[in-house]
Amino acid sequence: MKILVPVKRVVDYNVKVRPSSDGSNVDLTNVKMSINPFCEIAVEEAVRIKEAGNADEIIVLSIGPSKAQEQLRSSMALGADRAVLIETEEALEPLAVAKCIKAIVDKEQVDLIILGKQSIDGDNNQTGQMLAALCGYAQATFASELAVGEGSVRVTREIDGGLETLELKLPAVVTTDLRLNEPRYAALPNIMKAKKKPLEIIALAELGVDTAARTQLLSVAAPEERKAGVKVASVDELLDKLKNEAKVIS
Amino acid sequence: MSVLVIAEHDNAQLKAVTLNACAAAKAINDDVHLLVIGTNCGPVVEAASKIAGIQKVLLAEASYYEHQLAEELAPLIASLADQYTHVLAAATSNGKNVLPRAAALHDCQLISEIIKIVDEQTFCRPIYAGNVIATVKSLDSVKFLSIRPTAFDALAADGGSAVVESIGALDALSLSVFDSQTLAKSDRPDLSAADIVVSGGRGLQSSENFELLYTLADKLQAAVGASRAAVDAGFVANDLQVGQTGKVVAPELYIAIGISGAIQHLAGMKESKVIVAINKDEDAPIFQVSDYGLVADLFDVLPELSEKLS
Ligand SMILES: Cc1cc2nc3c(=O)[nH]c(=O)nc-3n(C[C@H](O)[C@H](O)[C@H](O)COP(=O)(O)OP(=O)(O)OC[C@H]3O[C@@H](n4cnc5c(N)ncnc54)[C@H](O)[C@@H]3O)c2cc1C
Ligand SMILES: Cc1cc2nc3c(=O)[nH]c(=O)nc-3n(C[C@H](O)[C@H](O)[C@H](O)COP(=O)(O)OP(=O)(O)OC[C@H]3O[C@@H](n4cnc5c(N)ncnc54)[C@H](O)[C@@H]3O)c2cc1C
Repeated sequence: MKILVPVKRVVDYNVKVRPSSDGSNVDLTNVKMSINPFCEIAVEEAVRIKEAGNADEIIVLSIGPSKAQEQLRSSMALGADRAVLIETEEALEPLAVAKCIKAIVDKEQVDLIILGKQSIDGDNNQTGQMLAALCGYAQATFASELAVGEGSVRVTREIDGGLETLELKLPAVVTTDLRLNEPRYAALPNIMKAKKKPLEIIALAELGVDTAARTQLLSVAAPEERKAGVKVASVDELLDKLKNEAKVIS
Repeated sequence: MSVLVIAEHDNAQLKAVTLNACAAAKAINDDVHLLVIGTNCGPVVEAASKIAGIQKVLLAEASYYEHQLAEELAPLIASLADQYTHVLAAATSNGKNVLPRAAALHDCQLISEIIKIVDEQTFCRPIYAGNVIATVKSLDSVKFLSIRPTAFDALAADGGSAVVESIGALDALSLSVFDSQTLAKSDRPDLSAADIVVSGGRGLQSSENFELLYTLADKLQAAVGASRAAVDAGFVANDLQVGQTGKVVAPELYIAIGISGAIQHLAGMKESKVIVAINKDEDAPIFQVSDYGLVADLFDVLPELSEKLS
């Protein structure tokens, strides 16, 4: 089985992002960038499947700037075999990203695609579902457990109110939730080895995919900030405030 | 032309978030249709037709619609989309699963988790864990939108009398098969809809200690929530996670107990009307968004609060 894992380069989760001074976009100068945490979980899952003898090859793919090679290299340090970068400086929308991923799915004939459920910058939570639609494949989003079977995968999903288990025909698309696994740390020898693994760069234009923007970002703004309130000294004072000032309990 | 809303339900009950999605639809156009896709979902259709201000309920029934599988629902939604200006669903785990698939089948770019409608084609949505609000204009012919339920006041559940129209089901694709479901049973109010939410974090230390929090929640008739740290540690079930990657809540009162206030957690609760934080670290970031903060040991405070509320 061949597994494809699309990984995204995003602002590190510890960074508090702010709008630029003219409000036209977010200010990302000099902020720390990392692999999207959900994508890291996706890579880890693929590596575990391969380690269990259920996959022959793991390809990681990113659609983004030249610097996304860093995230592809760290994915290979975790155990992916090779990488593809579709290079573009544009911030593509999920539908366009899904079309790019499909081009690689078709070319590489993969059996399973594992994506993050959402990226922590755009917070869209769309790309995997859109990819599944475009390919006509089965999908299981928000996976917390994945087991490979004969021509199928069994996935437990986190849903409102609990868990659900589905059986998907391969090829299929799975998106990861937080509790699917805990990614390993890359060992130094593996980081060195990853530098020598193949990384193919394809210019976005070469793919021949329609990535025209369907939305226009008009402005960005900081949300209304909450003001810090008061500290109370005791449970009695707290209850008094909640009853008589805020009037939220009786 | 009208606006189409996808009903959220489990064949027995129409979920309350549907009323919030309908309210968002009404803010775009007065003419709103509600699509119910399911199996033997009579009670759902009845509830749907009573929603105040809905013109029509469309019903598609087939055995393979029972579990709301995205592979089966999305083509049906996409096939209807051309008759509408907008297609909406609540941004629940179900909505997030199905709507992007439907939008892609219709070659449209969905706009996720909108919190405000500026005009028919312009919408606001939070990005970067809610640290930034983006105003986005859609250029697509049909606008697919998932809406954050807490940002729109629900329509009244009664007073309407919409006509119900049955539409044909599409053939089953059978790409995936439903196996099983385990739903947490709880007598407490639903986390996404409760007036009061009491949430616990790593500070609770164990699932046994969460009993202290349940006692308080029951005194207040509150729903229970948790931070990711508490869920990951196995203190509570995953569907109680509040935050950027869990549930977004906006109750009248949110009480955070033993939660530090990471931005990913704040993203899920900072729209609450009144926020109370109980934490033994006076510098915990949660105090920066709290209306009332109590610096104290939660193991002292929880029993005292529960007792004084009796
Ligand atoms: C401030 C801001 C401004 C923006 N402005 C614009 C704009 O003007 N025009 C515009 O078109 N878009 C814009 N975007 C959209 C931005 O590029 C989104 O990141 C993009 O739409 C993809 O959505 P997502 O990553 O949130 O997808 P999600 O669906 O949340 O991603 C889920 C998963 O899909 C995979 N994935 C997603 N993207 C990639 C990728 N590039 N490479 C590999 N795998 C990937 C990953 O596995 C990821 O975990 C903007 C975003 C932000 C935050
Ligand atoms: C991709 C990603 C997504 C995430 N999504 C979410 C999300 O959706 N929701 C979420 O919550 N988190 C999320 N997180 C995790 C988040 O960054 C924090 O790690 C998490 O919220 C911390 O949980 P906590 O506040 O319970 O734990 P901690 O940060 O460890 O805080 C525990 C607090 O309890 C206090 N405490 C301890 N003992 C006592 C006592 N006896 N009495 C009183 N106070 C006490 C401490 O002072 C401390 O402030 C995400 C992280 C990532 C990377």
